[in-house]
Amino acid sequence: MKTLSILRSSLFVGIFLCAMTLRPLAAAQPADAPPVILIQNATVLTVTKGTIEHGSVLIKDGKISEVGADVKAPSGAQVIDGTGMFVTPGIIDCHSHIAVDGSVNEGSISVSSIANIAEVLDSDDIAIYRDLAGGVTTANVLHGSANSIGGQTIVIKLRWGQPAAKLPFEGALPGIKFALGENPKRSNFSIRGAERRYPASRMGVEETIRAAFTEARDYKNSWDTYNKKVAAGEKNLIPPRRDLRLDPLVEVLEGKRYVHSHCYREDEILMLLRVAKEFGFKVRTLQHVLEGYKVADEIAAAGTGASTFSDWWAYKVEAYDAIPYNAAIMTKRGVVVSINSDDAEEATHLNQEAAKSMKYGGLTHDEALKLVTINPAIQLGIDKRVGSIEVGKDADLVIYNHDPLSAYAVVQKTLIDGRVYFDRQKDIAVRADLEKEKKALLEKEKKSSKKDEKKDAEKKPGEKKPDAAKPDTKKPEEKKKPEDMPSMPDNVAAAASIAAGGVN
Amino acid sequence: MNCASTNLLRPLSRLAVLSLLSALSVSAQERPAAPVYAITHAKLVTLAGSPIDDGTVVIKEGKIATIGAGVEVPAGAQVIDAKGLQVYPGLFDPITQMGLSEVSAVGSTVDTAETGPFNPDVVAATAVFPSSEHIPVTRASGITEVLAVPGSGGFDSFGGRGLLAGQASAIHMAGWTIDEMQIKRSVAMVINWPTINTQSFDFSTFSRKQKPFAEAKADYEKQVNQLTEILDSARHYAQAMGHGGPSDFERDVKLEALVPVVRGQLPVLVFADRARDIRNAVEYCDKQKLRMILAGGEEAYKVKDLLRSKDIPVILRPVLTYVDEEDDPYDRLLSQPAELVAAGVKIAFGSFDNSFARRLGQNAANAIAHGLSPEQGLKAVTLNPAQIFGLADQLGTLQVGKTANIIVTNGDPLELTTDVKYLFIRGQLASLENRHHRLYEKYLNRPKSEACQCAVPEMPNKLKDNAKPSGPLSGTKPN
Repeated sequence: MKTLSILRSSLFVGIFLCAMTLRPLAAAQPADAPPVILIQNATVLTVTKGTIEHGSVLIKDGKISEVGADVKAPSGAQVIDGTGMFVTPGIIDCHSHIAVDGSVNEGSISVSSIANIAEVLDSDDIAIYRDLAGGVTTANVLHGSANSIGGQTIVIKLRWGQPAAKLPFEGALPGIKFALGENPKRSNFSIRGAERRYPASRMGVEETIRAAFTEARDYKNSWDTYNKKVAAGEKNLIPPRRDLRLDPLVEVLEGKRYVHSHCYREDEILMLLRVAKEFGFKVRTLQHVLEGYKVADEIAAAGTGASTFSDWWAYKVEAYDAIPYNAAIMTKRGVVVSINSDDAEEATHLNQEAAKSMKYGGLTHDEALKLVTINPAIQLGIDKRVGSIEVGKDADLVIYNHDPLSAYAVVQKTLIDGRVYFDRQKDIAVRADLEKEKKALLEKEKKSSKKDEKKDAEKKPGEKKPDAAKPDTKKPEEKKKPEDMPSMPDNVAAAASIAAGGVN
Repeated sequence: MNCASTNLLRPLSRLAVLSLLSALSVSAQERPAAPVYAITHAKLVTLAGSPIDDGTVVIKEGKIATIGAGVEVPAGAQVIDAKGLQVYPGLFDPITQMGLSEVSAVGSTVDTAETGPFNPDVVAATAVFPSSEHIPVTRASGITEVLAVPGSGGFDSFGGRGLLAGQASAIHMAGWTIDEMQIKRSVAMVINWPTINTQSFDFSTFSRKQKPFAEAKADYEKQVNQLTEILDSARHYAQAMGHGGPSDFERDVKLEALVPVVRGQLPVLVFADRARDIRNAVEYCDKQKLRMILAGGEEAYKVKDLLRSKDIPVILRPVLTYVDEEDDPYDRLLSQPAELVAAGVKIAFGSFDNSFARRLGQNAANAIAHGLSPEQGLKAVTLNPAQIFGLADQLGTLQVGKTANIIVTNGDPLELTTDVKYLFIRGQLASLENRHHRLYEKYLNRPKSEACQCAVPEMPNKLKDNAKPSGPLSGTKPN
């Protein structure tokens, strides 16, 4: 399992070196006004309007202003030579856990709708930059899957270098994470001596969700009644007691918040769709949905999207019937399908993961590319803004040196809102300087820590205690703005949170 | 397998052979040999010289009989016209838990590691389950042989990993029994090199543990000393063995298993990722005169000169692995293979997994995209692992006399969209069908569902009808 491989290297191999974070491309602070950029003579994969060989894309005010074979560069435009390159819309990852400070699971109770990812966004998470380098421009940031009804979720743009407040995708509807099956019933996670938590079966998961929505419906009714009376001019009314846990569920009932539900098995997929129907809300996306291919007609009929993995399988029993043909079968049966990452590393090659659906199930080049562009945009309700290269849409673009549906494609540039947030050549160019800076800082640190306990002297330079790397040890001119302050890498905490809660 | 009687029968047609044999009601040992195959009009990427356009490979008695352009097709051979296709040696995944682990989260299906630190006597081949669904699934992506490696499964290996985790076995990816699958029962002794860990995670209490560096270092040294002790004992044991029969000394199966190691006959496959750990392991193996193969090697580039000078090959973990150090270049693992090869270090790629084994080619291709030459990338999943584990006389290239583990593809075998059209293992055509195909066929052909009880008649955020805006930003009609 991918997360386990991260865990493995973190725990068994891991020595958590060097809390000093030298941000690659911290220099790429966008100027105030987005520049006018013309990407010229590239293969433009618009996704929705076909492919333009030797095409150009003109970007103005952060938006795509012209697309075609013959676009003239306005004076003052910055021209990017796209000869031999491929331009696609930015990759959209419909299932991500990046940019979250601390644990992704509020593992105590199985209805944890009070928790909100938006409150713990970490703009310093290096995974944002890494994913940008893989062409990802938008991510649906979710809680883990420990709970039947997890926390509130948020869609972000990967605006690396900007403060957390600038990450949310403006206007995108928020969501809420649900989870079914082995994870919420805690099959694979138990703490020795601890009592088992309800629910411990798929039957209990259904009842947990039903109970929560029954409460939410009553709660909504009491507010509706109250509001009606207020509107009718009644005086001296006592408002119903506010319930922060039920508020997000009421938003679900009102269609103001999307449900993104982790699931694997066919039975639990249908269970959730039935419960949703019972309460009159829609499941916006089924996440993972590895047995979605078995009930694709039902998913399509429910108008629910499916966001799945390319080829993960067999890491647990509910993933034993997972097949790499899942995306193709569901697509052919009319489901809007996306391929997601659930993992900061997997996200860096979602284009490759989408390509696998051409091999497994015979999707066309366009259909495969949609799995990581327009389809996740539709699923997140942001397809008016992103997901394809069309005039008027956000200039969220990726430039590859090769057909992106190939293992040989390497991202050269990633743009968000018409600004270059990742540039491979620049990244390579600053490495030597960063290395030098890091060495100097470590030398300085070494000298100052020599006075410390003897044990520190035995360590290699990189093995400082995290607290040895406070920002104030840097030279004054290297001080960064508050939003760029180095964060302490806490791989153990991350590993522990994944292990304790589970995300996939 | 090929007895005299089948040699006599070979000129006859296959049908004649079969009817003759059934008439004779032969014993199991006299089963007909696999037919002679001729793959014709293919591009042959032999990895032993330049590719041959429009070439022919003749497969006989499990081996490559002839290969080249203008080769005559023997009478009676089954001909595969591979016009437009390409022939490669099958891919070799040198670190897997193939057959040792089925569903990694379910302990009862996992046999990847023993309890306790010293298990040099356990051998992977013993527990390889020939019916594992992972075998045909992995095979379909062109992997014809693997190493099943004990103690390589990280968290999947419930019992822990152990310092001496056991012996890795080389196996073919097809066969009715392990005897048919086995290439070599013991190809390497696994050592999980101890690390100096000041932080750890205790799974029994789900809590973090922190210990002082001095204590962590003492733990590390204790483990290294234990390893030295058991190796010293094995040397004495080897001496005793050299001086008399088993009746002259008390047998010890663990020490006996280490005798080929201390005699330098069996290499050690040492798992280490951090530069310091690798350095420590290299120095240790040098001092102990062990033949070291490095496994993992996330920071091998930092010690590339040492690895080259000691002639230590590296089985790299997938390049598609998250870079732990946030200061490191984002593509450090992707570009490392090119850097190591440029420095003269021999590399191979391993999946270190079962369910992700089919990403072996994808990993090699990603390394090529980051500077490794296509030839080196291909060799890193074919010839190099064969050489590293002493199997290059049988595997790794398309050459006369080698075991016919061969794939016929419609393109670059490392590319995501390439299909394997035919796959030979020990000269026999192996099925490309598997659990995933079966489920695909079954549900692709599921009749249109009649009772969709889940359909919600109208909802504000209906996905299918994008003409009605759902979210504030939705509205494009998907093509």
